[in-house]
Amino acid sequence: MAIAGAILSRLLKAAITLLAIAILNFFLIHAAPGDPATVLAGEAGAADPQMIADLKARFGLDQPFYVQLLQYVGNIMTLDLGYSFRQGQPVLDLILERLPATLILTLTAFWISLLAGVALGVAASARVGKFTDSLITGTALLFYATPLYWAALMAVLVFSVQLGWLPGFGYETVGSGYAGLTRIWDILLHLILPALTLGLFFMAVYMRMTRASMLEVGQQDFVKTARAKGLAPSIIRRRHILRNALLPVVTLAGLQAGQLVGGAVLTETVFAWPGIGRLMFESLAARDYNTILGVFLVSAAMVIVFNIITDLVYRLIDPRIGQKA
Amino acid sequence: MKLLKATTFLVAAAMATGAAAQQDGGRLDLIVQPEPPGLMLGLVQNGPTQMVSGQIYEGLLRYNKDLEPQPSLAKEWDIAEDGMTYTFKLQEGVTWHDGEPFSAADVIFTTKFLQDNHARFRGAFSHVESVEAPDDNTIVIHMKEPYGPFINAFEAGSMPIVPKHIYEGTDYATNEMNNTPIGTGPYKFVEWEKGSFIHLTKNEDYYLDGLPHIDDLYYRVVPDAASRAVAFETGEVDVLPGGAIENWDVARLTKMDNVCSTSDGWEFFAPHAWMWLNNREGPTSNKLFRQAVMFALDREFVKDVVWNGFGTVPTGPVSSKTNYYSDDVPQYPHDPEKAKALLEEMGYDGTPVRLLPLPYGETWQRWAEAVKQNLEEVGITVDIDSADVAGWNEKTANWDYDMAFTYLYQYGDPALGVARNYVESQIQKGSPWNNVEGYVNPELDAMWEAAAVEPNTEKRQEMYTEIQQKIVEDVPVAWLLEIEFPTIYRCEVKDLITTGIGLNDGLRDAWIEQ
Repeated sequence: MAIAGAILSRLLKAAITLLAIAILNFFLIHAAPGDPATVLAGEAGAADPQMIADLKARFGLDQPFYVQLLQYVGNIMTLDLGYSFRQGQPVLDLILERLPATLILTLTAFWISLLAGVALGVAASARVGKFTDSLITGTALLFYATPLYWAALMAVLVFSVQLGWLPGFGYETVGSGYAGLTRIWDILLHLILPALTLGLFFMAVYMRMTRASMLEVGQQDFVKTARAKGLAPSIIRRRHILRNALLPVVTLAGLQAGQLVGGAVLTETVFAWPGIGRLMFESLAARDYNTILGVFLVSAAMVIVFNIITDLVYRLIDPRIGQKA
Repeated sequence: MKLLKATTFLVAAAMATGAAAQQDGGRLDLIVQPEPPGLMLGLVQNGPTQMVSGQIYEGLLRYNKDLEPQPSLAKEWDIAEDGMTYTFKLQEGVTWHDGEPFSAADVIFTTKFLQDNHARFRGAFSHVESVEAPDDNTIVIHMKEPYGPFINAFEAGSMPIVPKHIYEGTDYATNEMNNTPIGTGPYKFVEWEKGSFIHLTKNEDYYLDGLPHIDDLYYRVVPDAASRAVAFETGEVDVLPGGAIENWDVARLTKMDNVCSTSDGWEFFAPHAWMWLNNREGPTSNKLFRQAVMFALDREFVKDVVWNGFGTVPTGPVSSKTNYYSDDVPQYPHDPEKAKALLEEMGYDGTPVRLLPLPYGETWQRWAEAVKQNLEEVGITVDIDSADVAGWNEKTANWDYDMAFTYLYQYGDPALGVARNYVESQIQKGSPWNNVEGYVNPELDAMWEAAAVEPNTEKRQEMYTEIQQKIVEDVPVAWLLEIEFPTIYRCEVKDLITTGIGLNDGLRDAWIEQ
């Protein structure tokens, strides 16, 4: 009951936040120099004033600014993301077309980094100061410090160009006619390099966070008590320390989860992954207002949704949270 | 005036080149960069769209590498002695990709359709009085005045023939069929997976027997330049169109086994790069300053180093590949001393100039740095002012710059692709493709106008030579490079580039050696 009430009040606040974000985005995007009509005319390599005027009228840019804003707000209130004149498709269709590819990539990276990061963090904290610990923390530091873009290109050069083990880019083999399991296998092969590249950074972060948190919790009195009771060290680690040490990791995971939609621009670009990050980036370059605003709105909604989910997960891990004192 | 009459060489020039039998079949993967915004060529005319849609749609004519007209949807044509009437005989038995028959009515409809949607077409057809179709296979165009370059305005990018039965009476821009384009060309649209690839397949009912040869075309979208080079290296793609990868990768990839490259196929476009020098205000409004800039620039160095040896240093506004080019003009070799003397003569006070590079990748960034260095060597202070593509458009279209990089296509004739950058009537805020520098010279304006409608070709050449001599003296802009965009491909792909339009309509004749 308390949870339902909390969710409801969160959702209401979320709706207001979302509207504010949408309006702010609208101002931001219109503050950038250029507009979709001049970009499109520019690309044609030839333009006359009539062409620019026609395009502006078609895009609704000939309307006063406040009319455009009111129209936009009215649209999103009715859950209408508008039409991309550049791509000749409703924005919602464009986003839904791209969303699966992005989610496959970011969710895979998310779980790889979370599971591997926590496991490595636990392992390092159990052998603190020993060789295993140094090896794990050293590798994590390397992943943490490597620019994503460079790591991606190196991965392609090594595994794709030199060794020829894995496809270097794309979502699946184009025009192969694969179906069923063969197709899933094909997509998996294409997924390995981008998902690892995207996951490495967060894996390092989770690992360091888990390790530090484990060590800190391990010093606390209740752990000493548990040890004094004569519990096996592995049980203490799993049931007593890890559970308490996970809270900061969950916070971080919530942050990463918020980026599931819009956080893979670089990876998608290098690996030619047909996801939503690229849609956002390319629409930004083309000043395709409706599309960018649509992607921004969906991303913002995701951040809010995952914040709520994170709060709920806190309660699961630590039932004390949310209870009235 | 010479009577231009094409006899029926129905079988295109490319077919006649070798007795060796072309082989049918296979699949070709090409890069398209960036992803086109749409494929309806009548509505969208940017480069990537032309490259893909040039296989789907056709024009009345094509042009060979010497820019002479060749048959396409028109099998014969005739220009009246006085240059006032153009008659086109259309191919027979042509059908649209949906099976509907093609006829002269489609061509007539196209002239109306493009009038609303195609800036370049509007320009060329402003010289036309009327268009009529005396029968289903004939088109007659009556001119207001003889217009020399008119015969160069009929390729697929300049005048793509669009289907009347799909567009008549609809709102063109939002017609559902824009996403599944229907043309008469050698390849049919199959599927476009946004962000990934565009798939075209052989048009089995193509009106030229035995063409096309290749079964499937896949235009692949790979947004990162380094990844595009990798895609070619790993064999994922077979063709890298000009400009698809950075120049240093061109040098590396062409050394690989079984890799061929050619600079052909850009003759019609003849991309010409220059810096706009703002003629309205600041130091660049002074002719002596502009001449000093020309002498200060080491254009050979840029060609050899920044462009890895590709391209030609231009002599003036007209590319050496374009008709009516002349090299009998004042020369501007790299001469820093002369530049310094000119700056002294004008009394340059060290006012800094803002330089706006073209945001098209690393090569252009390096180029701006080379120019800055050259200019600072002779004492000109330069601030590099960067912007993304939309910002660049905004700044240049609104004349907010001192010097700005650009490059433009010439479309085979000075009246089509050159005059627009230098005549006063083309000073129009809001577009980056006209007289952005603000050059005003009424004497030359009159000459440009007269040359465009001069029916006699020798006379035209004389007029354009004189224009080039005068304008090069004035340096309204700093001409930098005739850009060369090598196309890189696997050697088993044959007859890939057979026209002056290159890949944009070349796949009709291409075949793959099995």
